[in-house]
Amino acid sequence: MEAPYLAIPSMGVSAPPVQASPGDVLKESGQREVFCGLTSIVWLHRRMPDAFFLVVGSRTCAHLIQSAAGVMIFAEPRFGTAILGERDLAGLADANEELDRLVKDLLDRRPEIRTLFLVGSCPSEVIKLDLAKAADRLNTQLLGRVRVLNYSGSGIETTFTQGEDNALLALLPLLPSSDEEQLLIVGTLADAVEDRFRLIFERLGITTVRSLPPRRSTDLPPVGKGTRVLLAQPFLSATARTLQHRGATLLSAPYPFGVEGSRDWMAAAAHAFAVPAERFNAVLDPLVERGRRALEPHREVLAGKRLFLLPDSQMEIPLARFLSRECGMELVEVGTPYLDRQLMAADLALLPPATQLSEGQDVDLQLERVRAARPDLVLCGLGLANPLEAEGIATKWSIELVFSPIHGCDQAGELAELFARPLRRRALLQLS
Amino acid sequence: MELTLWTYEGPPHVGAMRIATSMEGVHYVLHAPQGDTYADLLFTMIERRGLRPPVTYTTFQARDLGGDTAELVQRSIRQAVERFQPEALLVGESCTAELIQDQPGALAAGMNLGVPMVNLELPAYSKKENWGAAETFYQLVRTLLKGQLPVPGTPKPSASRWREEGRRPRVNLLGPSLLGFRCRDDVLEITRLLAEHGIDVAVVAPLGARPADLERIPTADANVCLYPEVAGPVCSWLERSFGTPVVRTVPIGIGATAAFLRELHGVLDLALPAELHELEGQPSEAERRSRLPWYSKSVDSTYLTGKRVFIFADATHAIAAARIASKELGFQVVGLGSYSREQAREVRAAAAELGLEALITDDYLVVEKAMAEAAAELVLGTQMERHSAKRLGLPCAVISAPLHVQDVPARYSPQMGWEGANVIFDSWVHPLMMGLEEHLIGMFRHDFEFVDGHRSHLGDGAPSAAGAVEPQAVPAAAAAQATSPAPGTTTAGAAVREALESLWTADGEAELAKIPFFVRGKVRKNTEAFARERGLERIDAEALYDAKAHFSR
Repeated sequence: MEAPYLAIPSMGVSAPPVQASPGDVLKESGQREVFCGLTSIVWLHRRMPDAFFLVVGSRTCAHLIQSAAGVMIFAEPRFGTAILGERDLAGLADANEELDRLVKDLLDRRPEIRTLFLVGSCPSEVIKLDLAKAADRLNTQLLGRVRVLNYSGSGIETTFTQGEDNALLALLPLLPSSDEEQLLIVGTLADAVEDRFRLIFERLGITTVRSLPPRRSTDLPPVGKGTRVLLAQPFLSATARTLQHRGATLLSAPYPFGVEGSRDWMAAAAHAFAVPAERFNAVLDPLVERGRRALEPHREVLAGKRLFLLPDSQMEIPLARFLSRECGMELVEVGTPYLDRQLMAADLALLPPATQLSEGQDVDLQLERVRAARPDLVLCGLGLANPLEAEGIATKWSIELVFSPIHGCDQAGELAELFARPLRRRALLQLS
Repeated sequence: MELTLWTYEGPPHVGAMRIATSMEGVHYVLHAPQGDTYADLLFTMIERRGLRPPVTYTTFQARDLGGDTAELVQRSIRQAVERFQPEALLVGESCTAELIQDQPGALAAGMNLGVPMVNLELPAYSKKENWGAAETFYQLVRTLLKGQLPVPGTPKPSASRWREEGRRPRVNLLGPSLLGFRCRDDVLEITRLLAEHGIDVAVVAPLGARPADLERIPTADANVCLYPEVAGPVCSWLERSFGTPVVRTVPIGIGATAAFLRELHGVLDLALPAELHELEGQPSEAERRSRLPWYSKSVDSTYLTGKRVFIFADATHAIAAARIASKELGFQVVGLGSYSREQAREVRAAAAELGLEALITDDYLVVEKAMAEAAAELVLGTQMERHSAKRLGLPCAVISAPLHVQDVPARYSPQMGWEGANVIFDSWVHPLMMGLEEHLIGMFRHDFEFVDGHRSHLGDGAPSAAGAVEPQAVPAAAAAQATSPAPGTTTAGAAVREALESLWTADGEAELAKIPFFVRGKVRKNTEAFARERGLERIDAEALYDAKAHFSR
């Protein structure tokens, strides 16, 4: 990080990072209160409206997705579950035949579908139903009318957001090769946020900006030596590595949460594309200034408050960085389902020294630590939120973070507000 | 293999969770991979529970599969028993664990845990949530009552045992559980109702019961099977093994509540109060205790006559709703169905009585299609039918699980007993009224307030209100039978739509424009159906009036 514009003297909060190595990582294994990778279908299908996600699994898988989505389906959804029955378990040959029949029916009814993802689940993995082979077979049968891909979102292999990593990984072989200079933003963003980022990059003079996943599943970006990858989401380890194997350069940056993170994230791109510092500052300074103004009222609520982050979406480390550095919160424990040090390097470096990190989960033990620490706010999943509230501990649901537009300087205020609201609400209620 | 876009029932182990979470002092060790913990949020979010469900998940991963998952199961069981010190333990597996065949129940049996343990075998690939709940409840009761089983040949307890023992009669209320529909309030309502007839409640289960309470089940003179989906098997087993009679009438609605009380009095050998005699002209307990009978007879309710109602729910609530709708509110039931395959026979019988064929399916798209084809004016269903009805622009009331958080109201709102009938009257009739009584709409339909541009005092937001009220009908179209399919879902539909629209002449359109906006769509649809049926080439004002005459009854 040698570019002069990477240090922001006016920010104060962004003093040059001491290479703070966080405290020892507490590794736990036990009961996990974390969704499986199937859950990422809930946002992936919205990002690519011409794709269909067909889970090959059990009634549990179907029930999980509809419960995790928490919202009802107002039209025929673009995801579904092929529920394995006893007959499918008895003979894999029959299961394959059944799958072909079901896919054919589905595609007849939904002619608008361009890409079909066959999504593996715990049961399909355990019975070793080969969905890669099924996808090949179906691709031959469908003669390119619809592209069939496969990946695993099973809970025995993936956590919550890793489902997106696997889905993108399945798309990568289809990416054409090209050494064209381009900035590739990887990870699902809300459309409005993506538009905003593109506009800002354009102002910086970075003109060729593409996204993965694209808005149309067939509109795949090329990849090659001229590709600079900027990860918009912190849970895309396998995708990032595979893009590197295809010649792309992975830019190291904090994730674009909050003003500082978003600025540094853009700075990494600016640096890679040799954007002059004056131009960068001219474009970003007003955004930074405005973002900080938007943060201020929420910072007043959050500063000095103690935060405990339970592992869920893999966004915990960058969020902890934002909430401590820009909102003044104290970090009691930062949990993450798994720790990818390379992908988290920039954010880890910005965490306060000796921050307690934990990787994996043994939920009963972790809740005991929560109760002992009595934090002011806990970031957790939906299964734990009301029970903690009932114990008098304020919570913020983590699932909202994967559905809400929270990326970028412009959203920093909203992101902080999501965390401030439970505290504000508690201050308002006079019920006892 | 079956394609499912949305499912009414979860897998059977979620049914087992409903039993464990409804009770106190029970813990469930579930052999399951990461992700299956999603089921916790059904209880903490939909039911707003302030406690985590008492479930320990083994959370096995792919890398465990090569090694010793059995050891993981045993460790989880041991830790759960130590940490939670349950009074009874359920051990089972979810769909994936079933495939790896660790047999956690057998492992637990060999562990000498010192607590009653139930080995749950719930076939995940053939059974569903309600079956899982019923099986779990049955297995748990059976395990806990093993020591009390009468020796074969023991005579059945006499119906008047309570009299001989010099106490009031007492019954168990079996079946209420979390994620059931209004169970919390039904239990209160039925407990009060029984108290007024001098009957005590011995045990309510599973909701709020401890294992020790289940051990008191045989002390009751009868079992009330409040929710057959959950309590059917256990009630039958108690009848066979302990000779305890079962009251099977589910007291939802006026007629059913009265029948329930009569059945109960018979089973307990209690004298039937005069108010419960089935005699014409006699004052009945129902009319004294519930407002539904009078509200339904009062003139304001005239407009409910023959309202076309479509019903889809679990079997218990679907059957009850059909009876109330047809016999107590004067609706016309135009569709009746259920996702409860276990009770399909009963639903089919109820439908046959109404001259209908029951729709037994768990495909919500099939239900939506049937709803549209039946040209319903009111939908009574689950939370999914609420969404389907919204798409079709139909008023809807939710009468059954599966639930949304808004179906767990803060206020007291039972479905059972006399107060339940009041709640039902309000919640079914209000969606139909929308503050616009039909006779007023008929009388004032030519007033300028009903003309476009005067839709609301606020001047906006009207289109959605118009959409919601659209299925209402003025007398002109009140008896209408919309025979055309739901508009605009297919391209073929759009073509038909276009062809029909081109039939309208200028004076036909002008006459149509005089009809209040909130029924115009319906009148248009009926007139077009009429025109198509007659093969008319043009729809002018005369055709519109011909159609009106045709549809008026």
